[in-house]
Amino acid sequence: MDSPVFELSGATVRYARGLAPSLDDAGFRVGAGEIVALVGPNGAGKTTALRALLGLVPLAAGRAEILGRPVQAWRRDELARAVGVVVQREEPAFPVTVEETVVMGRYAHVGRWRALGSADRDAVGRALARADVAALRDRWVQTLSGGEWQRVRVARALAQEPRALVLDEPTASLDLRHEMELFELVAGLVREQGLAALIVSHHLNVAARFARRLVLVHGGRVVADDVPERVLEPGRLAAVFGWPVAVQRLPDGTVQLYPERRPAPPGGVP
Amino acid sequence: MRPLGAARLALGLALLLVTAVVVGVFVGPASLTPGEVVAALAGRGGPGGAIVWALRVPRVVLGLLVGGVLAVSGASLQVLVRNPLADPYLLGLSGGAGLGAVLAMTAGVGTPWLVPAAAFAGAVVTMAAVYALAAAAGGALDGRVLLLAGVVVGAFAGALVGGILAVSAAQGTRTALVWLMGGLGGVGWPGVLALAAYALPGLIVLAAEARTLNLLAMGEEPARHLGADVTRSRRRVYLAASLLTAAAVAAAGIIGFVGLVVPHAIRMLRGHDHRVLLPAAFVAGGALLVIADVGARTAFAPLELPVGVVTAVVGVPVFAFLLRRWTARSSS
Repeated sequence: MDSPVFELSGATVRYARGLAPSLDDAGFRVGAGEIVALVGPNGAGKTTALRALLGLVPLAAGRAEILGRPVQAWRRDELARAVGVVVQREEPAFPVTVEETVVMGRYAHVGRWRALGSADRDAVGRALARADVAALRDRWVQTLSGGEWQRVRVARALAQEPRALVLDEPTASLDLRHEMELFELVAGLVREQGLAALIVSHHLNVAARFARRLVLVHGGRVVADDVPERVLEPGRLAAVFGWPVAVQRLPDGTVQLYPERRPAPPGGVP
Repeated sequence: MRPLGAARLALGLALLLVTAVVVGVFVGPASLTPGEVVAALAGRGGPGGAIVWALRVPRVVLGLLVGGVLAVSGASLQVLVRNPLADPYLLGLSGGAGLGAVLAMTAGVGTPWLVPAAAFAGAVVTMAAVYALAAAAGGALDGRVLLLAGVVVGAFAGALVGGILAVSAAQGTRTALVWLMGGLGGVGWPGVLALAAYALPGLIVLAAEARTLNLLAMGEEPARHLGADVTRSRRRVYLAASLLTAAAVAAAGIIGFVGLVVPHAIRMLRGHDHRVLLPAAFVAGGALLVIADVGARTAFAPLELPVGVVTAVVGVPVFAFLLRRWTARSSS
């Protein structure tokens, strides 16, 4: 079998000596052609797991591998040709156009001096079209809506022509339509191009609809790693999130959860 | 507003450059007729020969280089601290370079080739101090804190310069003061050559990093994921920008706001690609400084204003305007 695109195993990250580890013996894998969602409460270690996987924080123990090679053995430009990352927050400090932004995806392909070639321009054109932002190419990104900006950043990741995508809370500030559009875009890419996709998300229901597997993280540990209907189990979720939830199965088999209301206090408060 | 096309930008810059050179060569306190200037340029001698070739032409070339180098340095520093309000002057780099230069001058090694080296040392130490101060305040990655640290360190360097000049031999003090205020006069061809020689490596390094600057402006983490070696590039840009600032300060003293206003204007017109932005800023910065210098030497002729006064008088209102826009945007 091919080595998985992403593999974290026994990974432990300590930001400061004496502090509890932010990531504690955590492991999961993501294969080609699948979407895996990393879910869990705030501060569970989701972003730390991503950073460890991408070689941005040192591991105190364990290993992080991309395409079978330790992440520290990759040069940054090699890695950028293999993995496109959309980080959580990104605010350009200067005026920049959509096209200029997507062209940045070619950085790891063109190097310092060479001008963009026809292969680069084709990749940029395809990425703009695939993420449905071609009509925006001359716009300043500062004038885009949140949903448009996220699609532009996905387009930039696509221009890298990667084998995998990593998205850190890509829909945190998007409304329902834009959130669904973004997930449908990623799902389409995974289906058509066989990309691997790792998505950190707070939105369990959307994650459950799109991801093949959910990796539930809590207190720096992976507490469940399975298909959504087996991870979203009311007792486990109540324990992890500290709030009672109920779970329902949709006709298509997807599991969705909804939080319970606290029982009204006796006597009734208006 | 859509970004300006490459052809229109090039045309605009060419017009600006030609205007600056023509005005710089033809206008001055010595009342030469255009005919006399043309005769002098053509090498036919006449009354203008010495003035045109020994004074005006080197001064125009110096202005083009100093303005260009400051604008390129400013554009790169803005990316480094991710703040469109940064420039070598506000970040304290010019002040540090000035301190280095004054130390060299008072130590008796004030040759056109040694002063820039001392200024470079001053600029590098200053930048390190600015980062250390910002880091101590917990804001080493915050463009606002860095800028504030720069202003403070720059003021400190300025105070040291004042102290050194006050206790050093009197005859050089006035010259040093006039030089510090920023001026393109009295430099001549040796200074022009030294500036060009010192600036060239800095310009080459920044040209090589232009594409990386595009990425760095989006933030360190996105830049890393797009394939940039962020730490190495930042260090190179920092050294190159310091070298450019030092070369400019050694040749022409402390001239503020060119490095702020020019890159900003090009960014607003053209956008973000530093492979276009840096050369465009070089040409526009040089041309505008030459024009400012014509103003400096003719406004109160035969007295001459330091050109740094002119750039500050023009630059501060522009800075105020930019600051207003920027704070409005950051708080929204």
